[in-house]
Amino acid sequence: MDFLLKSVVAPGFFTSQPVITAMIVGGGAAIVSAIVGVFTVIRGQSFAGHALADVSSAGGSASFLIGVNPLLGFVVMALVAGAGIEVFGVKDVRERDLVTGIITGAGLGLAALLLYFAVRTTSTTGAAITVMFGSMFAISQSVAPLAIAVGFAALLMVGLLFRPLLLTSLDPELAAVAGINVRLVNGLFLMMLALAVSLSAITIGAVLSTALLIGPAATALRLASRPGIVLLLAPFAGLIATFGGILLAYDSYGWGGGHGWPVSFCIVALVLTLYLLASLVSRFGIGLKALDIEA
Amino acid sequence: MFSGFMLNAWLAGSIVAIVAGVVGFFVVVRGTAFSAHALPLGAFPGAAAARLLGVDEFFGLIAFAGLGVLGIAALGRRNRHDVATALSLVTLLGLGALFLSLTQQYSQEVYALLFGEVLGVSNAELLPVAVLGGMAIVLTLAFFRPLLLSAVSAELAEAEGISAAAMELLFLGILGFATAVTVPVVGALLVFSLMVGPASAARSLTTRPGPAMALSVALALVTAWASIALSYVTDWPVGFFVGALGAAWYALGRIVVRRVGEVRAPVVQ
Repeated sequence: MDFLLKSVVAPGFFTSQPVITAMIVGGGAAIVSAIVGVFTVIRGQSFAGHALADVSSAGGSASFLIGVNPLLGFVVMALVAGAGIEVFGVKDVRERDLVTGIITGAGLGLAALLLYFAVRTTSTTGAAITVMFGSMFAISQSVAPLAIAVGFAALLMVGLLFRPLLLTSLDPELAAVAGINVRLVNGLFLMMLALAVSLSAITIGAVLSTALLIGPAATALRLASRPGIVLLLAPFAGLIATFGGILLAYDSYGWGGGHGWPVSFCIVALVLTLYLLASLVSRFGIGLKALDIEA
Repeated sequence: MFSGFMLNAWLAGSIVAIVAGVVGFFVVVRGTAFSAHALPLGAFPGAAAARLLGVDEFFGLIAFAGLGVLGIAALGRRNRHDVATALSLVTLLGLGALFLSLTQQYSQEVYALLFGEVLGVSNAELLPVAVLGGMAIVLTLAFFRPLLLSAVSAELAEAEGISAAAMELLFLGILGFATAVTVPVVGALLVFSLMVGPASAARSLTTRPGPAMALSVALALVTAWASIALSYVTDWPVGFFVGALGAAWYALGRIVVRRVGEVRAPVVQ
C-alpha cells in the first residue's frame, strides 16, 4: 500500500508549501467556479464569464506593477467589467455579446499597457505568461486568506439567492411574473461570476479560467438534470481535475526531460477528459437516467 | 515614422484593417461576437506549435483556427454555441500553455503574439498576410447576399434555399482566415476590437449594407493607422490603442443610435 502510494504521489508532495497553497487556492477556485458555472451554462453566459476573466488580467497586471496582492487586482477589475456589462448591456442577446466583447477589448488593451510598464519598470519578465496562463506553484502563501474570503463571499451570495437565481436562469419570464426583480438578480449574478473567475484566473490564468468555470458545469449537466445533483457533481468534477492536475504536474518533474508539465495544462486536460467521458456516458445512456427526473 | 522599416508596418496594418473591416461587418450583423473573440485567441497557440516544429507560424495559425472552427461546429447545438465555443477555446489554450513551456519562448515573443507587434512585420510575412487576407475578402464578397440574408431573416434565407448551418460554417471559415492574417499584427487578444469597434459604429450610421461595410473598412483603417502612429510616438503597445479606439467607435455608435432611435437591421435588397 505504501509502495502504491509512493508510485502515484512523488515524495514531498504533501509537505511542499507551494503544493499546499496551490491545493487550497486551486480547490477553492474549482468549487466556486463549478457552482457559479452551472448557472452560467444554464443562462448561456459563457462569453460573459470568459470576458470578466480576460478583463481581470488588467488587474493582475496592475498588481505586478504596484506590488499588491495579485488576487485583489483580479477581483477589482473583474467587478469593474461586470458593472460595465450591466450598465451598458441591453436586452437583445447579440447586442449584449457585442458590449461584452468591446469591454473585453478595452480591458485587454489596458492589460497590454500595464504589462508593458511592468516589464519596463520591474524585472518581472514572465508577467504576461503568469497573468494569462497562470503559475500555480508560484502563488504566494499570503494569497490564501483572501482567496478563501472571496470564495466564501461568492458561495454565500449563491446560497442566499439560490431560488431567485435558479428561477431567473431557467425561466426569466416566469421569474418576473413571480415578482422577482430579474434585473437585480442578473446584476448580482455578474458579481458572483466576477468573484468566481478571479479565483480561477489567479489559479490557472486569466484566459484559461473559463475551463474551470464551464468544463465541470457542462460535465455535470451532461450527467444529470436535477439542479441539486448537478450542483454536487460539478464541484466534484472540478476538484478531481484540479487536484489531479496539481498531482500530475508535480509528478511530471520526475519523468525526465528537464522540466515538468505546466499545472494549467494538466488541469485543463483533465477538465476536458471528464467532459468527454460524461458526453460518452450520456450518449450511450449508461444507467444515469435515474438522475433525470426534472427535464 | 515613414522610413523603410516602418513601411511594412503601414502596409501590413492597412491589409489587416481592410480584412477586419469587411469581416467585422458580418460579425456584428450575425452576432458572432464570442466566436470572433475565441478563434484568434485559440489560434495563437498554433504560432507556438509552428515554432516548436520549425515551420512558418502562418501554418500553425491556420491549423489551430481550423481546429477551433471544427470544435465550435461539432460541439455546438442549434442556436447554442457558447458552451461549445468556450470548451474549444480552452482546449486550444491549454495546448498553448504546454507549447509555451516546451519552447521556453522569450516572454517578449509571447507578449507580441497576444498583444500585437506591428513594428516587427518582415518582408517575408507581407505576402502570406496579403494572400490570406485576400481570400477572406473574396469569400465574404462572393457570399455577401446569402451571408446577410441568413443573418437578418433565417426564414427568408431558407425559402431561397440558403442553409443557415452552411452559412454558419462558411462564416466561421472566413473568420479563421481573417484570424491568421490579423493575429501576428494586432495580437490574438485584440483582433476582436479592430473587427467589431469600427463595424458597430458603421452599422449605427447607415442601414444600407454596402455603404455600412465601406464605412466599417474606412473606420478600421483609421483605427489601425492611428494606433500605429500613436504606438510609434509613445512606444506604448499597439494593442492598447486598438482596444481603446474600438471601444470609442462603439460608444460613438451608441450615442448616434440614442439620438436616432432603435438600431435597425440592415436592409437586404
